[in-house]
Amino acid sequence: MILHQIEALAAAGVTDIVLAVNYRPEIMEKYLAQVRDRYLPPLNTPKPRLYHTNPYFEIQYEEEFGINITISIESEPLGTAGPLKLAEEVLRKDDTPFFVLNSDVTCDYPFKELAAFHKSHGDEGTIVVTKVEEPSKYGVVVHKPGHPTKIDRFVEKPVEFVGNRINAGMYILNTSVLDRIELRPTSIEQETFPAMVKDGQLHSFDLEGFWMDVGQPKDFLTGTCLYLSSLAKKQSKLLTPTTEPFVYGGNVLIDPSAKIGKNCRIGPNVTIGPDVVVGDGVRLQRCVLLSGSKVKDHAWVKSTIVGWNSVVGRWARLENVTVLGDDVTISDEVYVNGGSVLPHKTIKANVDVPAIIM
Amino acid sequence: MSLQIPHHQKANGNTGATKAVILVGGASRGTRFRPLSLDVPKPLFDVAGHPIIWHCLTAISKVPSIHEVYLIGYYEEHVFRDFIKDSSSEFPDLSIKYLREYQALGTAGGLYHFRDAILKGRPENIFVLNSDVCCSFPLNEMLQLTQERRAEAVILGTRVSEDAASNFGCIVSDSHTRRVLHYVEKPESYISNLINCGVYLFRADVLFPSIRTAIQRRADRPRLGSYRSSENLASSYMFDEEDTQKNEVIRLEQDILGEMADTNLFFVYETKDFWRQIKTAGSAIPANALYLQKAQQSGSSELAAPSANIKAPVFIHPTANVHPTAVLGPNVSIGPRVTIGPGVRIKESIVLEDAEVKHDACILYSIIGWGSRVGAWARVEGTPTPVTSHNTSIIKNGVKVQAITILGKECGVGDEVRVQNCICLPFKDLKRDVSNEVIM
Repeated sequence: MILHQIEALAAAGVTDIVLAVNYRPEIMEKYLAQVRDRYLPPLNTPKPRLYHTNPYFEIQYEEEFGINITISIESEPLGTAGPLKLAEEVLRKDDTPFFVLNSDVTCDYPFKELAAFHKSHGDEGTIVVTKVEEPSKYGVVVHKPGHPTKIDRFVEKPVEFVGNRINAGMYILNTSVLDRIELRPTSIEQETFPAMVKDGQLHSFDLEGFWMDVGQPKDFLTGTCLYLSSLAKKQSKLLTPTTEPFVYGGNVLIDPSAKIGKNCRIGPNVTIGPDVVVGDGVRLQRCVLLSGSKVKDHAWVKSTIVGWNSVVGRWARLENVTVLGDDVTISDEVYVNGGSVLPHKTIKANVDVPAIIM
Repeated sequence: MSLQIPHHQKANGNTGATKAVILVGGASRGTRFRPLSLDVPKPLFDVAGHPIIWHCLTAISKVPSIHEVYLIGYYEEHVFRDFIKDSSSEFPDLSIKYLREYQALGTAGGLYHFRDAILKGRPENIFVLNSDVCCSFPLNEMLQLTQERRAEAVILGTRVSEDAASNFGCIVSDSHTRRVLHYVEKPESYISNLINCGVYLFRADVLFPSIRTAIQRRADRPRLGSYRSSENLASSYMFDEEDTQKNEVIRLEQDILGEMADTNLFFVYETKDFWRQIKTAGSAIPANALYLQKAQQSGSSELAAPSANIKAPVFIHPTANVHPTAVLGPNVSIGPRVTIGPGVRIKESIVLEDAEVKHDACILYSIIGWGSRVGAWARVEGTPTPVTSHNTSIIKNGVKVQAITILGKECGVGDEVRVQNCICLPFKDLKRDVSNEVIM
């Protein structure tokens, strides 16, 4: 998912990216190494080099040309604003504005348009907003009377209708915003933005197309479907052509290193990652198979995320937002209905009702 | 092991000394076997590739002194015609006849009604088999016990768990002599875990007098509970006729065995082999498994040869069409003209004639009815019950559901549809996932 964001940022001319991480940085590091090996060569991005800079930036990947990716590790959770302060050195390399993205948001990233709009109003910050049907579940953005973009206030979970634009979790900010942030656990939504609103320095930018917060597995699957649909709409070359006999209903994205068996029916809305092995007679729909996973012959998988290196047995059936962690094994003929299975588990009996399996 | 018996029999100089009776019941019985009994009388339902009563007949055919077998029940005459015709050629040493009761007389009442036919040729011993049990029928061993103990009656018994025992007839016996001391049908409290298997051997000169005594006793002293208090006298006339009818129903279990324990040389032969009742439709699955295992142990040539895709024991009818990539077994029976597609998985199940299972479907612990269709990637699934359990229902989320999934005649399961712990009545089409339901 983060890769989509990186690609979109690079396409918008961004040169430095900081990944602010507070959970198991080695996973992100490993992932980026895989990204480098697998995806970046075709995108013309050379190999990164490892070196240490300062206590905050433990690992840095530097590309010879293209983009620099830095992983910033928080020793304690710093909220949503603190990590920006932590990355101040990179962000202040020059005084061009910087983007801030929540990693669990997926959409048609409009970074070029956003940067142009931000430049045009000249104030300190712009937040991307999206229109939703039920604004009462979110924080709603209210504009200054008579002004189309300047934000007047935020109303958290409004009881009566005040507007339907909500914070989409993407911003572009001037480096001066860093002066407003202290290096401590602090929230950009709760502290920084209200202060900027008070000074009349924050604008909104309407997002066209789909938007989805994919922090939950269910939303992740829906977000994947939306993303695949948008690829299909753009007739992206990344999608597996529907002329393949096993593709059913389209929206199928298969890594070139994955192996697909005979007599499968795959789709719609399926993502198959690197080194995945799909056996014979397998039925896949609305699911994501992460790298190194294996789905054996005749299995049936729907609305499921199959974790890295996991194995799904023959004639197994997974559905209803089943999520397998890393290295999970589902035995042959087992049925799992909405199970969240923690890493390294082996499931030998049916999971009939949704449950977390520890 | 049983080679001694015919010799013993011949030494006694008996000719036609033993007869066998299979109690087959009638159409108004066997309701618990629905939906399968809606289309085939339960005794003719195929388990392990053969009708339930074929397994009884096979056991009977191994007793050399038996030449005559009677099926007693109240099904219509034609029901058993084809079966008897086929069996007569398969078991040429047996004469097989159907004796039809015109009303349900009870298990003992039916025997008594046809006493003249049964006693013709003066048999010494009479086997009585309930058709709704599945076991190894150790008839020769029971006969041997009769000879050794000069028994007047022998009952086949088996041990079950203490909490299951009260669902059956319970036998209290002398552990040394094996003589039956006490017999109670479905007691309210725990009496013994040695239970009645529904297979008996009676001396002919003891059985019929015992039934006559029971009938006499019934006439003299109407059954308990029919004494009325004075306030019900006004309505008593209404019940008289019904009572008279009820009085004609004499059952072995309730009316005869208890009395025999008190007055006769009555012994129990305890089998250590498998035994199951075939009451509910779901109980056909354990019965199928047990008969297939028995066939496997005896090296039956009927079974499919084990291979990577055939996990023995599996019975495949010669007219069935099974794709080589399908994986079957263990304990699977595939009926005549069934079609099994590529990549299908079937385990612990019965697929009845003319059914079709499409590619990549998975069938576990289920019965697929005659002419039913199971779609591609469909999953039809029951729940395994413990090997020692005599119960075919399970408790799921506090609700009692059938462990075995059963599709009646000509049902359809759509592609990719999942059916779990359901009973599906004939001619239903299942287009969405269902679980824990009876589909009517």
